[in-house]
Amino acid sequence: MNAPAYNFAYLDEQTKRMIRRAILKAIAIPGYQVPFASREMPMPYGWGTGGVQVTAAILGPQDVLKVIDQGSDDTTNAISIRKFFAKTAGVATTTATEEATVIQTRHRIPEAALNENQVLVYQVPIPEPLRFLEPRETETRRMHALAEYGLMHVKLYEDIARFGHIATAYAYPVKVNARYVMDPSPTPKFDNPKMDNCPALQLFGAGREKRIYAIPPYTQVVSLDFEDHPFEPYRFNAPCALCAAENSYLDEIVTDDEGGRMFVCSDTDYCEGRQAAGHHGSLSAAPYKEKAQEASNG
Amino acid sequence: MADQDPLDNDEPLLVATSLSKSFGRIAACRHVSFSLYPGEVLAIVGESGSGKSTLLQLLSGQLAASAGHVSYRMRDGVARDLATLGEAERRFLFRTDWGFVHQDPAQGLRMAVSAGANVGERLMAVGWNHYGRIRDTASDWLTRVEIDTARIDDAPRTYSGGMRQRLQIARNLVTEPRLVFMDEPTGGLDVSVQARLLDLLRSLVAELHLAVIIVTHDLAVARLLSHRVMVMKGGRVIETGLTDQVLDDPREPYTQLLVSSILPP
Repeated sequence: MNAPAYNFAYLDEQTKRMIRRAILKAIAIPGYQVPFASREMPMPYGWGTGGVQVTAAILGPQDVLKVIDQGSDDTTNAISIRKFFAKTAGVATTTATEEATVIQTRHRIPEAALNENQVLVYQVPIPEPLRFLEPRETETRRMHALAEYGLMHVKLYEDIARFGHIATAYAYPVKVNARYVMDPSPTPKFDNPKMDNCPALQLFGAGREKRIYAIPPYTQVVSLDFEDHPFEPYRFNAPCALCAAENSYLDEIVTDDEGGRMFVCSDTDYCEGRQAAGHHGSLSAAPYKEKAQEASNG
Repeated sequence: MADQDPLDNDEPLLVATSLSKSFGRIAACRHVSFSLYPGEVLAIVGESGSGKSTLLQLLSGQLAASAGHVSYRMRDGVARDLATLGEAERRFLFRTDWGFVHQDPAQGLRMAVSAGANVGERLMAVGWNHYGRIRDTASDWLTRVEIDTARIDDAPRTYSGGMRQRLQIARNLVTEPRLVFMDEPTGGLDVSVQARLLDLLRSLVAELHLAVIIVTHDLAVARLLSHRVMVMKGGRVIETGLTDQVLDDPREPYTQLLVSSILPP
């Protein structure tokens, strides 16, 4: 059987040009949703078809690609997209945030600080922050055009009225460059401050909704709030059980049916890096691993 | 209101000049002209299809007129032609200086968000950014329209028809507009609820010195609320004058028919 001959990074050159034009426009108007002719990709909608198209359009042969899903490098989604580009573009892949030049992500921003040579590509399911408040697309576009964002505060008002605090924990709306209100994709609001004045270029691709938007490097990104209910990032109040990190975003893992649970870094690369550097949390297996190695050496 | 200078009222708030609108060959409105002064309540009456609602949409800038124009005196005292306003300005006018009370509250309210947020939306749209103050103002307005403040966090879905209509009024009045358009505000409500709503409207209009253009086919509503009445038929204004004058001493045969077709109590 002949292996199919893919164009570099799967998409044909004309399609990549089209996507690059949309990306350029998105960078020129920070936070504005640029429509683009999204293609069918060999994966289902909801698996990152938008992010994959953006990555395909910006990838060069020298790039080093990292793909994360909920912070993890080894989930199905992350692995299959990484393999997809290893196969169709032949680019080097990595799990180390520092080594990557292009990082495609779903639902997280890596813990390690990003630099100017990196591009962060988000997979976006619903690009329209006003969607669940105003169902008409014609109306939401007009609201963006006229910067009528009172409605966004209605959502936050509802949160406080119902729960006593702003209970929106992910996809927390932000205002980009003091103009467009933007949905940062379903990242936890813990990650919102990382978007502000970030040295890396941030691109957002929504495949099903056919929208691309962007935050250029060093752009102001402000999370919306009320004067008397300011924005607060949320984090479980515990250290990571594996690497004892106090300042990373944690996943809660239920370990038995008697209320047992552990909190671990959602960013696996960050967590492994810390463990390799000798940080050990309360449930770390590292001492046993070292003992086992000593035993096999001895 | 204390700060209302009577001299200020010498100039009209809204002037319609020879307004016409046709949909293809159907002329929905023909050469309608009138002036509305601050604090004045004008009722537009007529049967279904007489062009009342089209006229209301023309006046509120939601429809572009085929001929004629509407000028509105802004808060800075300058009269401007609505057709020359940009969309942003028009929408801003709509959520600050104007109100629009729909017949069906579901059109004017966000049925899925709480009453407090419904009232607060306009405030947030003009840049209020303090939850406590927005909530206080909202609950103050709920009290004014006789809605129990304990229900401030309930969605209007759970409200009765009369409460919804009162909530819609509170939502419109919260930015203290100077002009409110009402399209059959009492339609679909039972008689006792109608009476209470009219009572409330009358006191709010007097208290806030509102100018109101109210479209209705119910002459009792016109008699109770309005200072002046315009009778429309076939897209034309056939008779206009003081409310009691028009309703008690109608001149045109059509108005006579309209007045005489009210069932005696």
